[in-house]
Amino acid sequence: MSSLKLTKYNIGRAFIYLILLFFAFLYLAPLYVMFTTSLKDIEEIRSGNLMALPIDPTFYAWKKAWSSACTGSECNGLAPYFWNSVRIVVPAVIISTIVGAFNGYVLAKWKFKGSEFLFGALLFGCFIPFQVILLPMAKLLGMLGLANTVTGLVLVHVIYGVAFTTLFFRNYYVGIPTELVRAAKLDGAGFFAIFRHVFIPLSAPIFVVTIIWQFTQIWNDFLFGVVYSGSGTQPITVALNNLVNTSVGGKEYNVDMAAAIIAALPTLAVYVIAGKYFVRGLTAGAVKG
Amino acid sequence: MLNFLEKNLPKIVLAPTTIVMVVCMYGFIVWTGLLSLTKSRMMPQWDFVGLDQYRRLFANPRWDVAVDNLFVFLILFIIIALVLGLFLAIFLDQKIRAEGAIRTIYLYPMAISFIVTGTAWKWILNPGLGIEKLMNDWGFVGFEFRWLVEQDMAIYTIVIAAVWQSSGFVMALFLAGLRGVDENLTKAAKIDGASTVQLYWHVVLPLMRPVFFSAIVILTHIAIKSFDLVQALTGGGPGYASDLPANFMYTFTFNRAQIGLGASSAMIMLFGVLAILIPYLYSELREKNHE
Repeated sequence: MSSLKLTKYNIGRAFIYLILLFFAFLYLAPLYVMFTTSLKDIEEIRSGNLMALPIDPTFYAWKKAWSSACTGSECNGLAPYFWNSVRIVVPAVIISTIVGAFNGYVLAKWKFKGSEFLFGALLFGCFIPFQVILLPMAKLLGMLGLANTVTGLVLVHVIYGVAFTTLFFRNYYVGIPTELVRAAKLDGAGFFAIFRHVFIPLSAPIFVVTIIWQFTQIWNDFLFGVVYSGSGTQPITVALNNLVNTSVGGKEYNVDMAAAIIAALPTLAVYVIAGKYFVRGLTAGAVKG
Repeated sequence: MLNFLEKNLPKIVLAPTTIVMVVCMYGFIVWTGLLSLTKSRMMPQWDFVGLDQYRRLFANPRWDVAVDNLFVFLILFIIIALVLGLFLAIFLDQKIRAEGAIRTIYLYPMAISFIVTGTAWKWILNPGLGIEKLMNDWGFVGFEFRWLVEQDMAIYTIVIAAVWQSSGFVMALFLAGLRGVDENLTKAAKIDGASTVQLYWHVVLPLMRPVFFSAIVILTHIAIKSFDLVQALTGGGPGYASDLPANFMYTFTFNRAQIGLGASSAMIMLFGVLAILIPYLYSELREKNHE
């Protein structure tokens, strides 16, 4: 009887593992297809199939995607747009994170009459469909002389990212005991001193979560990129979309796939290196937001 | 003077964000709302024509298609992602070896942009060279899969790609929920002789109610905002068969110079989000007050 039970249990376990591995395979398959396709030449793509390993791997598609593929009328590959994205992401992440840290600090520990209401009003910004602000924002950027510029895109990402960064820091700082603030005040420390000497040293994890969240959001953005950039200032997502939809002299699926991986690589790398913090940001931003 | 500054420091720190928020969120929403009441085309102009743009919007067959698509997409995307996410979470919660690695694999698509996802699936679903060829090579001769170019089926390719991208995230939400279930509760149920299925159905699932709620809100939010995925995977085509409201808004505002109509479609999207958000926030707040 007990041995029978044991086998039944084992079959159950095997079934669970089988299902889990099957889905792991399903989730990985697109990445595998992208990668193998990017290493094939166009002949092999036509004669083989999605799952076939490349017979004669070549980096032709990678080279072309990086430096000479056409994205519309320009044919300089993704490289210039990759650096555009870097130039947009780095300042936007830094500024929105710092502003969010200060805002969160005030909203958590220096509440004043109306600050809760302000927080609620700001929170709403995490949810609005951006279509509703696209046009006036374009007008404002035009008035500031920032239309079609990298600076303009940085500004837009900071403005609409601060709601999230504030939320992250506020929720984190709420958990830090207010006694610490009181004690520091008794010692004569002021607003900034307390922030600098009490809160900043405790903030490493929330800085990591926020930076990763903002980095992923802004790197992956397409809507703001496509509306507010001009030729030459497009971020990589826009360039990738243009590359895929430009077919000068026949479709090169291998180049498309290499380009897609290049566009995905930075965020994937962050996810692999700091997955724990990425997930924490997702659930914090999502559940609490 | 210095004293005043010091006293009001928190307010001063918050002031820039407050001003920007009032202008760039609420002000802009009002601006778009007003614009939707004018007959603006290329440039904003302030001849008010009441709800004319909304009438034109609702009479536009392309908007009809976009809204229908949104409902199809919303319902299928949410149900499939919820069921898949829940089952994977329950399976993963059975003290699995290498759980971390498997979880990482399920969740990585969430780190990728919708443009990359769309590009990848556009190739995988390619009629002729994609899945169709794979199945033919594997011996399923005559297997056809051309959803990407079929009027009635294109929207389902969006569902496939979106589920692939987001279901791992739903799994993570449920897994976090499952880990929060009191062990004494499951132990007690087991002592009472409940089978695993009964345990989950009668004891654990009812406890997951808040997770269901937040997952639905998040997925709805993703769905209503979905713009890039459609743009990259189908371009809204064939024709405009797989347009979503966000794509409609973009096309009419930026390609067709009908900004009044575009503004009215953006306002309807906002109302759609509010219709889901307000009841959710209301119930959240009520729960908090009950605690």
